[in-house]
Amino acid sequence: MAKLRVGVVSPEREIWSGEADMVIAKTVDGEIGIMPNHAPVLGVLVEGGVLRVKRGAEGDLVAAVHGGFLSVADNDVSILAEAAELGDEVDVAAARDALQRAQASIDAGNNDAEAEEEARLEAKRARARLRAAGEDI
Amino acid sequence: MGAQLRLLRRRIRSVKSTAKITRAQELIASSRIVKAQQRMQAAEPYEKEITHAVSAVLSNTSNVDHPLTVAKENPATAGVLIVTSDRGFAGGFNANVLREAEALKNHLAERGIEAKPFVAGRKGITWHSFRGREMVAEWSGFSDNPSYGDAKRIAEALIESFKDEAGIDEIHIVYTRFVSMLTQSVQVTRVLPLEVEETEIEPTEGPMPYYEFEPTAGDVLDALLPRYIESRIFNALLQSAASEHASRRRAMKSATDNANELIRTFTQQMNQARQAEITQEISEIVGGANALADAAAGKE
Repeated sequence: MAKLRVGVVSPEREIWSGEADMVIAKTVDGEIGIMPNHAPVLGVLVEGGVLRVKRGAEGDLVAAVHGGFLSVADNDVSILAEAAELGDEVDVAAARDALQRAQASIDAGNNDAEAEEEARLEAKRARARLRAAGEDI
Repeated sequence: MGAQLRLLRRRIRSVKSTAKITRAQELIASSRIVKAQQRMQAAEPYEKEITHAVSAVLSNTSNVDHPLTVAKENPATAGVLIVTSDRGFAGGFNANVLREAEALKNHLAERGIEAKPFVAGRKGITWHSFRGREMVAEWSGFSDNPSYGDAKRIAEALIESFKDEAGIDEIHIVYTRFVSMLTQSVQVTRVLPLEVEETEIEPTEGPMPYYEFEPTAGDVLDALLPRYIESRIFNALLQSAASEHASRRRAMKSATDNANELIRTFTQQMNQARQAEITQEISEIVGGANALADAAAGKE
């Protein structure tokens, strides 16, 4: 069966590249699953989404992807993330800490709209990192 | 005579300490070039992919009328991003960039466009403020190791000004391209308005496949173009950083070579002076002894 060639790149470095059977990502329209021979797609990914790359025997590669794009053409899948972290690279303690701080800032509720938005985003990112690391939230 | 010897010795000592400093700078720069080059290479896949994505969208949408791709009919002002370094000691690095920026400014003036400088790097900022030139925006503190966040900050300011009716109508970047260890050339590129034909992908792959968009082509373009500009600016910053280290290495190498050459000539001069002193002392002693001997012979 045909395989997908997958590349996860951020502006600073190439995070991962290799072959896979299926890629699941979250675009602004909802989750999208890409299998070999998929039609060409260009999608905008959501902030704080989780990317799952199914590799069969090797197990799944999970990454937290913060914003960016998904482009599929001719069995080439590229994920262009502004920032991305592989699940096993995530510092769980730091992510939990960030989530707690963001949550506390939202709960306190004495922020202006912009700061609140920032805190919500921060919480979203932290959740994505934790989920990528396989932690329960 | 003795005074000259002392003088030469002092100069040799001072040149030697200068040589030590320039040599150290040279070594630091050479180690940093490698790092800067690696960062350039690491950023390459992203830039390639995003260029590919932009050209994919543009080739799929027949009527591209995104504010960032449309050329204004009568451009009146152009933003020029000038990428210089924070520190000197890099030979003609900053002078070359600034000279090219001046040429671009004159060139734009011929077309009736006023150039508005956006300056990155402390050297460019002082150059402008010394001449009393107004800068729209300035950034410094990251020239030798730029992060993507820096590129993002710069891109935001430029795009905002571009979208603003009263703001700039074109965006150009003047930076130093890192061709190789030995060659770096100043590059002037126009970033906006985007030239649709101007993609770095070879047309050999034939027509682009027909893409589906999530959610719509317009939305994808909206999100994609700012990222594309950020990545172009990030690339310019990285290239410039690598070039800065390369020119610093070269400048410091020739400074070290010059210092060693100076030390050599001074040492020679010093030896000559010392030898002359000795010769003179000997001839004085011999002359004195002869005079004494003559006087003694005359008495008898």
